[in-house]
Amino acid sequence: MRNFAYHRPTSLADAIDAASAQGADILAGGTTLVDLMKIGVREPDALVDITGLVDLEGYEIGSSRLRFGALARMAEVGDDKGLRAAAPVLAESLWKAASPQLRHAARLGGNILQRTRCPYFRDTAYTQCNKRAPGSGCAALDGGETKLHAILGGSDACVAMYPGDWAQALIAFDAEVMTQGPGGKRTIAFADLHVLPGETPEIETILQPGEIVTGITVPVIPALKASHYLKARDRESYAFATASAAVGVEMNGDTVVDVRIALGGVASVPWRAREAEDSLKGGPLTEDTARQAGHIAFAGAKALEGSAYKIKLGADVVAGALMTAKSRANGGQ
Amino acid sequence: MTQNSVPPKAGLSRRSFLGTSGAIGAALGLGAGKAAAQQGGPVAAVGERPKITLMVNGQRRTITVEPRTTLVEALRDNLGLTGTKIGCNQGQCGACTVLLDGRRVNSCLTLALAVDGSEVVTIEGLADPAGKLHPMQQAFAEHDAFQCGYCTPGQILSAIACIDEGHATDAVEIREYMSGNLCRCGAYPNIVAAVEAVRDSKEG
Repeated sequence: MRNFAYHRPTSLADAIDAASAQGADILAGGTTLVDLMKIGVREPDALVDITGLVDLEGYEIGSSRLRFGALARMAEVGDDKGLRAAAPVLAESLWKAASPQLRHAARLGGNILQRTRCPYFRDTAYTQCNKRAPGSGCAALDGGETKLHAILGGSDACVAMYPGDWAQALIAFDAEVMTQGPGGKRTIAFADLHVLPGETPEIETILQPGEIVTGITVPVIPALKASHYLKARDRESYAFATASAAVGVEMNGDTVVDVRIALGGVASVPWRAREAEDSLKGGPLTEDTARQAGHIAFAGAKALEGSAYKIKLGADVVAGALMTAKSRANGGQ
Repeated sequence: MTQNSVPPKAGLSRRSFLGTSGAIGAALGLGAGKAAAQQGGPVAAVGERPKITLMVNGQRRTITVEPRTTLVEALRDNLGLTGTKIGCNQGQCGACTVLLDGRRVNSCLTLALAVDGSEVVTIEGLADPAGKLHPMQQAFAEHDAFQCGYCTPGQILSAIACIDEGHATDAVEIREYMSGNLCRCGAYPNIVAAVEAVRDSKEG
């Protein structure tokens, strides 16, 4: 690992100052960043360790809004019994991610900014990676392995997949992200935080230099209680999603009043499937309509040779997640 | 924003094996360096090797590290505690698992400088001073929960945390909450049996 200067500010103002400097990276739990530094993908001149900002560690399961400090730990929040009852999809998408050790270190603000697992991004032996070295090409599209790549949201420059789980629950339920930077505070709709790769895959979010995520909030709606995160993967635990779905439903008798669907393991960014949601609203939720919604969610998919399997798998996962959510809406587990 | 739940830090390491270390840490002013190092500039410029203090297995240890030194490197290279293993060195295998302020973490992804003032428990800190094994070590031996042994220190620390966190209800939950520790020899069924045995002895 290349050496670097290390800052440990105890005030947000000092953290913003230090993080605004050219070549500075923000360090929280470090489970992504330290890994990327070890393999030479990130070589910051300075790390600004924000874990001294202990005011950002808390979280609150409120009746109208859930509030999460950016430095709350994945393990603590994912294992919270109150959250598991109030918003199963938010808890499940945390405890089904990574390993217990990683979840104890990783913080929520860092989690939503997790970097792709594209093997060509992560292996500097490959010269082609538009995300790591803008303009160098894309080894995945140039005949590489594409099993782990995006089938939604990709571009001719980059098909790297956003690997996170919690983000799918956040985008499905209209979360907001609070930040503070050199320009002051702002609140960002979670759906606006990440940007599609287009021709500039090195730009992943709208965050500006020195802008620090301070918290995340989620409005409480009826569908949050009848929600579920279903994650398909190559092994039972501790693996990234091959396809996943964060869903929730609100039923009035047999009629869908509200439904939320977001897709993980398949897209370049956290991915809300609004057309699939619209196909269900005002009608019944049955295995047939759930499967139709699954197909609609992947109608625009552009599969590569290695990732074609995700279309059927993803549709099945959406359907399965919806049936569990319906069961929860009816008082089941 | 209120703190909604009690972090595992509150009980784990101190209750289980460190006895009065929390009180000792406070008395020695552990973490004072952390607080003093702040205003304005970096704690460490490039190439500097600041001093840090860790409470390792109940003993106060002061070392100098580079910003890039990981906790597992500090434990093995600076302190000679080679029981903690480096497997993948990427946070994927769990061989480097230690308890940090009561939480199990991958010490290969933890920067030593970032945990100045913390309590660390490694495999060397589990047996009592007379050499009597920790119940989890004993259970791993009795249940033949390893072959080559390379993953074992991490497995044992993780297994202790698994029970203390309340995630050892049944075999399915144990497997889920032990998934961060890989064993290439495939001793998994015996590891689960060892965890169940310790869990049941605590209940009984």
